[in-house]
This record gives sequence, structure tokens and C-alpha cells, in this order.
Amino acid sequence: MKVLVAVKRVIDYNVKIRVKADNSDVDLTNVKMAMNPFCEIAVEEAVRLKEKGVATEVVAVTVGPKAAQEQLRTALALGADRAIHIETDERVESLAVAKLLAKVVDEEQPGLVILGKQAIDTDNNQTGQMLAALTNLPQGTFASEVAVDGDKVNVTREIDGGLQTVALSLPAIVTTDLRLNEPRYAKLPDIMKAKKKPLDAKTPADYGVEVASKVSLLKVESPAERKGGVKVASVDELIDKLKNEAKVL
Amino acid sequence: MSILVLADLHEGQLAGATAHVVAAAKAIGGDIDVLVAGEGVQAAADAAAKLDGVSKVRVADNAVYAHQLAEPMGALLVELAGDYSHVLASASTTGKNVLPRLAALKDVSQLSDVIGVESADTFLRPIYAGNAIATVKSDDALKVMTVRTTAFDAVESTGSASVEAVEVVVENGQSSFVKQELAQSDRPELGGAKVVVSGGRGMGNGENFKLLDGIADKLGAAIGASRAAVDAGFVPNDMQVGQTGKIVAPELYIAVGISGAIQHLAGMKDSKVIVAINKDEEAPIFQVADYGLVGDLFEILPELESKL
Ligand SMILES: Cc1cc2nc3c(=O)[nH]c(=O)nc-3n(C[C@H](O)[C@H](O)[C@H](O)COP(=O)(O)OP(=O)(O)OC[C@H]3O[C@@H](n4cnc5c(N)ncnc54)[C@H](O)[C@@H]3O)c2cc1C
Ligand SMILES: Nc1ncnc2c1ncn2[C@@H]1O[C@H](COP(=O)(O)O)[C@@H](O)[C@H]1O
Repeated sequence: MKVLVAVKRVIDYNVKIRVKADNSDVDLTNVKMAMNPFCEIAVEEAVRLKEKGVATEVVAVTVGPKAAQEQLRTALALGADRAIHIETDERVESLAVAKLLAKVVDEEQPGLVILGKQAIDTDNNQTGQMLAALTNLPQGTFASEVAVDGDKVNVTREIDGGLQTVALSLPAIVTTDLRLNEPRYAKLPDIMKAKKKPLDAKTPADYGVEVASKVSLLKVESPAERKGGVKVASVDELIDKLKNEAKVL
Repeated sequence: MSILVLADLHEGQLAGATAHVVAAAKAIGGDIDVLVAGEGVQAAADAAAKLDGVSKVRVADNAVYAHQLAEPMGALLVELAGDYSHVLASASTTGKNVLPRLAALKDVSQLSDVIGVESADTFLRPIYAGNAIATVKSDDALKVMTVRTTAFDAVESTGSASVEAVEVVVENGQSSFVKQELAQSDRPELGGAKVVVSGGRGMGNGENFKLLDGIADKLGAAIGASRAAVDAGFVPNDMQVGQTGKIVAPELYIAVGISGAIQHLAGMKDSKVIVAINKDEEAPIFQVADYGLVGDLFEILPELESKL
């Protein structure tokens, strides 16, 4: 079974972002970028399926600028076999990404597609679900456990009230939640080897997909700042303040 | 304009979130219908009919919609969406699971986690873990969006909308429900609680979370947690507050043994009053806390419980 993994290049999760002075967007100049953490979990899951002998090949795909090749190389170093880079400098919304991934699914015919549940820049949480709809495949979102069993996969999902398990026919689309696994770090020899693994360069035009979105970003602002920093000296003072100053008790 | 709101269900009953989504729909303006889909959901439909501002409740009561699995729910929404300019759901795990399928099948974008309505096509939503707020305008013919419930005050239940059955039944041979383990608790639900007490890695283990119980009892609070506490197995995943967990905005949020990572703050910084209890006076949580108490939680919690 072939496993397709979608990875996105995003701001490193440790970085505190700044909004541009003209409020046109977030300022990403000279900001550290990385693979979206949920995508790391997706790659790890795919690689583990290969190590278990369930998957035969792991293909990583990204949609993004030239620099996004770094994240594909990371995926290759972590154990993916080959990569597809769909290069574009435009802002690509989840719907367009899903359309492009649907074309790749059509071409590659994977048994399983694994995506992150959410990209930590746009916080959309849509792409996997959209891909499932466009390919007419079942979906197991927010997965904390993925168990392939013959021509089915059981996915345990993190839902608001607890956990839910669904059985899906394969091929299927899975999106990862935080508890699915703990991603490994790439080792230096693997990083060297990854440089020689095949990486296909494509463009959205190769797939006949128009990436422009009907949603426009009018402005980006910083949220209202909280004025924190007040310390109380004791439990008594805390209770007093909550009662008499904040009036929440 | 006409708006369809997908109702949230909890164990077959109407979930509180729906009243907040209807409030968002009212802010957009126009006729509001609510879709209640599931199996054995008449009571939920009757409850939805009382929500202020709703003109009609449409009920799809069929085994194929049980547990609101994404595939049949998406297909049902596609059948119904033609009558509407907007389709809204709460940004619950159900809304997030189902709505993007509708958007994709209608070839439109989805706006996730909407926190403000400027006009019928222009909305506010948080990006980068809430560290920036984007104003976005959608020129799509159908607007599909999930709504962050904490950003809209729930409508009252004094209405009396009509209730009508939806006859559409879709097929689903792709997915099936296996099982569900729902947390059982007498406490208020995290998303809607007036007071939330959350524990982090500093709690040390799951047993110590009991230290929060007495305080939560006295305050009528829900109990939450940081990701570190969930990952370490102290408490179940449904208690995680944050960018990728639950978003809460209670009157009072008490963070205990939580450092205050961006991702945690994303889930609670809209709380009215924030209290932080942490032994590290440099912990970033103090920068957002209205009242910070530096000290050992194992000494502070019992004292707090006894004095409340
Ligand atoms: C993609 C991604 C998504 C994430 N999503 C979330 C999310 O939704 N929610 C979330 O919470 N995190 C999330 N995180 C994790 C986040 O980055 C932090 O790692 C996490 O919030 C830390 O949890 P913590 O504050 O409990 O632990 P720590 O950072 O380890 O802090 C523990 C705190 O306890 C204090 N402490 C220890 N002992 C005591 C004591 N005896 N008395 C008083 N204080 C004590 C310490 O001083 C310290 O400040 C996410 C991370 C990533 C990468
Ligand atoms: N530009 C992209 N390239 C590849 N995969 C993406 C891209 N955008 C989103 N994805 C995938 O979709 C997941 C969810 O993203 P989103 O729906 O945008 O929050 C990510 O974790 C990726 O797996």
C-alpha cells in the first residue's frame, strides 16, 4: 500500500508573530520556518506504517514556494521515499490545496492519505476534509490511533466529548491529532541520504488547477493586549481581589 | 439572505453551542433555519425550535445520520445548501469535521472559527493561534463557516419555530461507527463554563488533579488542562485547552502549574479574569494574568480550597 503525506511549510511554532505596520498581513521576513507540527506527526505515522510492513512506499507532497523544498527534504530524511513539490508563490487556500492533492491522489492511487488536522498559521482545519470530499473517500479526522486492518482502517478520533472510533473502507483520508505519535528527529546520515531521494517539481498549472481564492484578506491586526503582570502575595489577598476588585466570586 | 445552522448534538440532545451559532447568524441577518440531523433527535429539534430568531427547524432523523458521521452529513448538507446564502456550524469537532466537505463539494472556501461579523460577506477570524486577527471578505456565492461559540452570546429560548422533516436520505457505504468513549462528568461543559480551573504539567500526575476538584466544586467550575498534562496521561484529551484543543472564555480562569505557552494562551486569553498559580515567577502565564500568585501549588491549592 502506498501512503501519501501532505506537509506544509509554516512559521516555527515557537515564534511569536508580528503584524505588519500597514496591517496587510503577518510579517514573515527573516522568521524561522518549519514543517507544520501536525504534518510531522503525519510523516511519522506513515513511516511507522512502512516499518510495520503495512505501507510499501511513502510519498510526501507540498504546495508552496521554492523554499518549501526544505520541508520535503525533512520528510525524506524522516523516512519518506520520494517527494512531489507543487511550486507556487501565491497564497494558496485550503480548497486549492485540496484540489491539487486530489489530482495527486488520482495520479498516485495511494491506499491512505495522511494530513495534519490543522496548519498552525491559518488554523483552518479543512484541507483533509475537503480532500476527502473531492476524492469521494471516507475520512478519519483528528486521529489519535490508526489501525489498518485488511481493506479497512479503524481510526480513533479526538472529539469534544472524548474519543470516537470509526471504521473506514480503504482508500481513506486521515488527519492527525497531537496524541497519534511522537515524531522522531532526523539523523544526520538520513539528512545526507535525503538529498539523493527523488523530488518531482510541478506547478499548479501542470494539474490544471486555478489557485486563486474568492476570499480576500482585507486586513490583519494584533489582538487586544491583556494587561497582566499584577502579583498578589497570598491566598487571602487573591480571594479578596477576586471578590472585591474583579467581583467574580 | 437565508442562513442554515447545523445544530450540534451531545448524546442526542441539543448542545449549548447551537444557541451561540444562531446568535452569529442573527448578526449576519436574514431568515435562519436550523438543521438537526441524527437518529432519534426529535427532542433536540424541539429544543432548537425554541431558540430566538429561528424561523424553521429541519429535522433529518435517520439511522444513516447517527453519530453525525462526516460522509452522510456532508452529502445531506449538499442536498440542502442550495436554498441558502450561508451555512454555519459551531467550531466543534463535529462542525470542523463536516462543514469543509460541504464547502469543497460546492467549490467554495470555508471560513473557520469566525469571531466577528462585519457584514454579510466580511468576517473576523483569528490566525496564528489568535496572535493576529484577520478580516476576510468572501465573494463566494455560498458562505460556509464555523463559528467560535465564545465570541457570540447565546440567544434565549423563548421562540417557537416550525419544525419540519427533511426527507433526504443519503447512502453511506464508506464509514461506520465503531464505538465512543465519552467523558462522564457532573461538572459544567468546558466551553460554556463560567469558571474554569486548569492544571498543567506542574500538577505532577493524574492523582494530583484531585486537588482541583474541591476548588472546582466550590466555584461550580469546569476542569481543563494544558497539552503537557494531557500528553503525560494525567487527564483525557477532551480537557485540553488551547490552539488545538478547546477554546474557553469564562468569567474566571485559574491556571495552575501551567507555564503559558502561546498555544495554551490561544485557548484562554479571552477569559474575563485570569489567575495564575505558578512557582516560577518568570513564567509567561503571569504576563496575561490579572492576578498572579507565585508559589508551590501543593501548598496553595489546599489553602485556597479551605478559604473559598
Ligand atoms: C502544534 C502544537 C499544538 C499545541 N497545542 C496546545 C494546546 O492546544 N494547549 C496547550 O496547553 N498546549 C499546546 N501545545 C503545547 C505547548 O507548546 C506547551 O508545551 C504546553 O502548553 C505546556 O504545558 P504546561 O504549561 O502544562 O507545561 P510546562 O511548560 O512544562 O509548565 C509547567 C509549569 O508548572 C510550573 N510548576 C511546576 N511545579 C509546580 C509547583 N509545584 N507549583 C507551582 N507551579 C509549578 C512550572 O514552573 C511551569 O511553569 C501545543 C504545541 C504544539 C507544537
Ligand atoms: N500548502 C500545503 N501543502 C501541503 N499540504 C498542506 C498545505 N496546506 C495544508 N496542507 C495539509 O493540510 C493540513 C491541514 O491544513 P489546514 O486545513 O490548512 O489547516 C496540513 O497539516 C497539511 O497536511
